[in-house]
Amino acid sequence: MSLLKVTIDGKTIEVEPGTTILQAARQIGPDVAPPAMCYYTKLKTSGGYCRTCLVKVTKGSEKDPRPMPKLVASCRTTVMDGMEVQNYSSEEVVEARKGVVEFLLINHPLDCPICDQAGECHLQDLSYENGRSKSRYEFKRRTFEKIDIGEKIQLHMTRCILCYRCVKVADQLTPGRVHGVINRGEVAEISTYIQNAVDNEFSGNMIDVCPVGALTDKTFRFKSRVWFLKPVDAHRDCDQCSGKAVVWKYGNEIYRVTGRKDQWGEVDEWICNTCRFEKKSPSDWVEEGPRKINRHSVISQNHYGSKTRFVASPESLPQKQLS
Amino acid sequence: MGRKLLLTHDHVEGIQGYAAYRANGGYRSVEKALKKMTPDEVVEEVKKSGLRGRGGAGFPTGMKWSFLAKPEGVPRYLVCNADESEPGTFKDRYLMERIPHILIEGMITSSYALGANTSYIYIRGEYFYVARILENAIAEAYANGWLGKNILGTGYNLDLYVQVGGGAYICGEETALLESLEGKRGNPRIKPPFPAVAGLYGCPTVVNNVETIAAVVPIVNDGGDEYAKIGIGRSTGTKLISASGNINKPGVYEIELGVPVEEFIFSDEYCGGIANGKRMKACVPGGSSVPILPDYLVCKTAAGEDRLMTYESLSDGGFVSGSMLGSGGFIVYDEHQCIVRNTWNFSRFYHHESCGQCSPCREGTGWMERVLHRLEKGEGHMSDIDLLVDVAKKIEGNTICPLGDAAAWPVAAAIRHFRHEFEYHVLHPDKIKDPKHGYREPIMPVKPEPVTA
Repeated sequence: MSLLKVTIDGKTIEVEPGTTILQAARQIGPDVAPPAMCYYTKLKTSGGYCRTCLVKVTKGSEKDPRPMPKLVASCRTTVMDGMEVQNYSSEEVVEARKGVVEFLLINHPLDCPICDQAGECHLQDLSYENGRSKSRYEFKRRTFEKIDIGEKIQLHMTRCILCYRCVKVADQLTPGRVHGVINRGEVAEISTYIQNAVDNEFSGNMIDVCPVGALTDKTFRFKSRVWFLKPVDAHRDCDQCSGKAVVWKYGNEIYRVTGRKDQWGEVDEWICNTCRFEKKSPSDWVEEGPRKINRHSVISQNHYGSKTRFVASPESLPQKQLS
Repeated sequence: MGRKLLLTHDHVEGIQGYAAYRANGGYRSVEKALKKMTPDEVVEEVKKSGLRGRGGAGFPTGMKWSFLAKPEGVPRYLVCNADESEPGTFKDRYLMERIPHILIEGMITSSYALGANTSYIYIRGEYFYVARILENAIAEAYANGWLGKNILGTGYNLDLYVQVGGGAYICGEETALLESLEGKRGNPRIKPPFPAVAGLYGCPTVVNNVETIAAVVPIVNDGGDEYAKIGIGRSTGTKLISASGNINKPGVYEIELGVPVEEFIFSDEYCGGIANGKRMKACVPGGSSVPILPDYLVCKTAAGEDRLMTYESLSDGGFVSGSMLGSGGFIVYDEHQCIVRNTWNFSRFYHHESCGQCSPCREGTGWMERVLHRLEKGEGHMSDIDLLVDVAKKIEGNTICPLGDAAAWPVAAAIRHFRHEFEYHVLHPDKIKDPKHGYREPIMPVKPEPVTA
């Protein structure tokens, strides 16, 4: 099969047939890639729920140049040859995305100061980049009781944005899914059936895929802010998983273990619960060196020593400090 | 007097039973189709008839059928959507209650045309007693050799099942219906793939409304050309309209498409005018999800032409000054009805029925409902009105399934045409709270205003 040509925000790329618009945009680069809260490359049938990746297709394909009537979810729409897509260059898309961010935030508790996910939260990034600075919602936010699903994972449903990623993890990685979405509409929630415990070796990956702080690692809760920790690539021999992980250290102490996340916040390889929750001693791991973190991320504030020290460029500083 | 095709015999004694239905010409279409026609010829007749989906969207049925993928060795399914839950729509219930056999007959003929050997009728949970009527009819059809193996000795097999839903509005959306039929949570699927390619159990599937399938019976009996003679332009045939609200004779009417709206509301043959000698204030012509029309746009379009009961004429003027035929849930409001309260009521319904899968609908419907409730109680602010318009705009078109649109349209249209009433609710909270005045009194004089489309 020949490669398909697709133009996104004026940038053209040739991709394999079957590639989605989102994937094509990621191949071009972060400037044109739409944000995604529910889509996860490694999870089949994920995507399409959050609607943050909506884009405008101004030309369907070379054969059928008609534009698509509505905005489409780029994570679930495959590219056609000669397709032309507008993402940030379309006013309509920017407005719609602003609306989606607002919808996601109206019932979000915004408890970032006490949330373990703060600093690596996709919703924080999304709302910072695409949202508005004030909420127009004046009603009581919906809340849920915190529940423990399994021994090591806590579910704080109030923060959840119902991306369905953890449901797909349970479906595709673990032998039997015991949690899912119950109720409908505004009160729909992730839950286990009558407080059933999620108990299997790969359930911990639900924490990694959760874009917000709804699923948190109970062995790490309230231990530290993520930007005080040093992420270090490390591996160990594991008979269940690849053993390739990131250990988050403070001094010589390992505070938590996660999968290795790429530029888009998606893990490269799944890790098992033994690696994630049990192996917290430095002697368990062979360190490979500091993990490269995007310098715009708050996590890179932490220093690795003089070589990779974070130096603020004048444009990245807030205007107040400059004047 | 308009011609009737579906409800011709609805007042015949015992028409619910097989004997009376057969004596009045029932099951002729099955005989004709199975013995004298090939499946493709039946599809061709339906195409010629110009029949359009009666469930709301108005997509040409013949075209939908011809899109059905036909890979070798994969079963095909026909599913009848009897999950009629739109507020203001009750035509399918009436049809299934009165003449259940016409649906069974239509299902057999349509299944034959599509080459389906197993077909389902997915019926709304609240219609459990109708499901019983249908199951009796199916048993009678089996007993008389219209269903089962080797029907009429032609070698065609068909099994027909009734599945009762759990009572969720969202399961009327075709892909959510298929999910529910498969025994899963009734969440709409993300399209593509469309059901014509991968539907029920991943097999090619056609989902049609009850009335659409029933309309196949007269089309096969009399021929598609004969059916296409009724109606105007691309709106052919007859349509069941569920008329409700402040009219003298609410009920289900079968009309020839093309009847003027004015005649439909005011003639004695149909609704018989507004009840209690009042004047009309507004009308929702196609079920709760279509835009509301103020009185001066109900009978005439913005261009001053007569508005007719057709798909095209009712949507004349787009969403600025038009509406939609939708599923035919015709709701009329007299001058003493409060549009704000009505809009809140609709909004509350969509808030309750949103499946919660995609964020704009999950969060937006609840937000709109709360703001509308506040306005309705007289506790709103002027800025709430523009906020509602903006929220509706952000939901519309950005959701997985059309429920988001259905929730946004009535709110946007009500504010477009009745903004003065929303403002009155903000400015005079004391008057709307007083039970003596309240919303039952005319809030603003109803007067036709010139409209610039």
